[in-house]
Amino acid sequence: MSNGPLQIKAVSGQAGTPPGQGASRDYDVCKLIDVTTCIGCKACEVACVEWNGYPFRETVFDNTYQTMPDLAWNYYNLIRFNEHTTPEGEFQWLFRKDGCLHCADPGCLRACPAEGAIVQYSNGIVDFQQEYCIGCQYCVTGCPFNIPKFNPETKKVHKCTLCSDRVGAGLEPACIKACPTGCLHFGSKDDMLDLAEKRAAQLREHTSHKNAGVYNPAGVGGTHVMYVLHDIENPEAYGGLPKDPRIPLLVKIWKGPLKWLGNLAMTAGIVGVAVHYLRFGPKKTEGGEDK
Amino acid sequence: MSADAAVERYNFAERMCHWSAAATYLYCMFSGLALYSPYLFWMAAVMGGAPQARYWHPWSGLGFVIVALWMHRMWSRAMKLTATDRKWMKEIKAYATNEDEKLPPVGRFNAGQKQFYWVMYYGAGLLLLTGIVMWFPEAIPFRWRLVRSIAVVIHECAALATIGGLIVHVYMGLFVVPGSLHAIVRGTVSRNWAMTHHRNWYRRLAGEPVSEE
Repeated sequence: MSNGPLQIKAVSGQAGTPPGQGASRDYDVCKLIDVTTCIGCKACEVACVEWNGYPFRETVFDNTYQTMPDLAWNYYNLIRFNEHTTPEGEFQWLFRKDGCLHCADPGCLRACPAEGAIVQYSNGIVDFQQEYCIGCQYCVTGCPFNIPKFNPETKKVHKCTLCSDRVGAGLEPACIKACPTGCLHFGSKDDMLDLAEKRAAQLREHTSHKNAGVYNPAGVGGTHVMYVLHDIENPEAYGGLPKDPRIPLLVKIWKGPLKWLGNLAMTAGIVGVAVHYLRFGPKKTEGGEDK
Repeated sequence: MSADAAVERYNFAERMCHWSAAATYLYCMFSGLALYSPYLFWMAAVMGGAPQARYWHPWSGLGFVIVALWMHRMWSRAMKLTATDRKWMKEIKAYATNEDEKLPPVGRFNAGQKQFYWVMYYGAGLLLLTGIVMWFPEAIPFRWRLVRSIAVVIHECAALATIGGLIVHVYMGLFVVPGSLHAIVRGTVSRNWAMTHHRNWYRRLAGEPVSEE
């Protein structure tokens, strides 16, 4: 998916206004997950595996609703069920649709050494290209959200594509289509941010969720999947959503200075020994070499 | 013994060990460099393609560690740094400028060789420990994810240190000390070579008195 559907500006022989005129011309896309209206039905999970053509996984039962324990290479989209008690003693049952957040500054992409294995489209989607993936799992180390999952059989890493194949054809992601409560929204980043802020303000003004806010973490440059949370101060309560996610500092050092310093040192070493040979040459064996 | 009589410097087991280490190390080095920098990614093609390089790199590394332990059994005693080595290291500049007559007589290995040995030996240990983490990063729980990135940085620093040693090692063996390649391939050196480069080793071998070591 590199070209979105072409948008028409003018049409010959057209009586009225061109179709689509005045519609949003924002190119980047965003998914908004309003966890306050999620009912944990898992329709998005089903839609995801169906669209991507993966078999349904076996469920486990551990006396909770978390019958799928974690994301998997063929399970990009998972509702996390969390029982949470607020400091005021209020019980909350929180559902959060977990999956790739499509960071504007993706740690997976920075860490990846394989040419073309991870691409970030200009619409914001971060997509893994399995045909170029070499299975090193550096993306696993680079991701601050614990998202990429390795398939040990094919030695390839997978994660949510934000349905780049559907979005490229002008369709919404599969999970959006399946959501029965409308807690999932899809559109341009600006539109979603606007919608999210309005919803958060509504929650603050009209409900007891005075800390409601939008999760669009600046540490990774913002994300193309955002959440509206009841309590923006405590994202950890939603199944380990990090409060201030950042690409690990050591990953930045590894992919920054360590690269060029190392390359410089190795080049200097090779040039150094070459120059040494020109200047000093080989050692002589006393009494002559006798081959 | 006549001047051109061959002296055995490395027996068959030692040569096998050295070249097993070389083969496994070089596979790791080239496949590792491919993943290290986009400018070196082409090296993966020579190693069987990037997915193959990624698959075999840890196995080859494991092989290198096993060979390193084998080498350690044979050579660790000969690699101990002595007081003479410290004297030799002080005069390393004379060695680098081919004024070897200023240096104290050398035993089986000179201090430079010994240091290279220890860089590779401890480097192998670090590369193994951090490499296991990089082999199975998902086995490290996400809350300990710092371990993953620490492992990567240590792995690369250790690899760079061994590569630095290797550049000098290969250069010395191929270019600076004629006869040393023959020694590690076929096992023998001439008497003159032994007297020039490893006098005390040769004297002890020939049953002659050794001044100091």
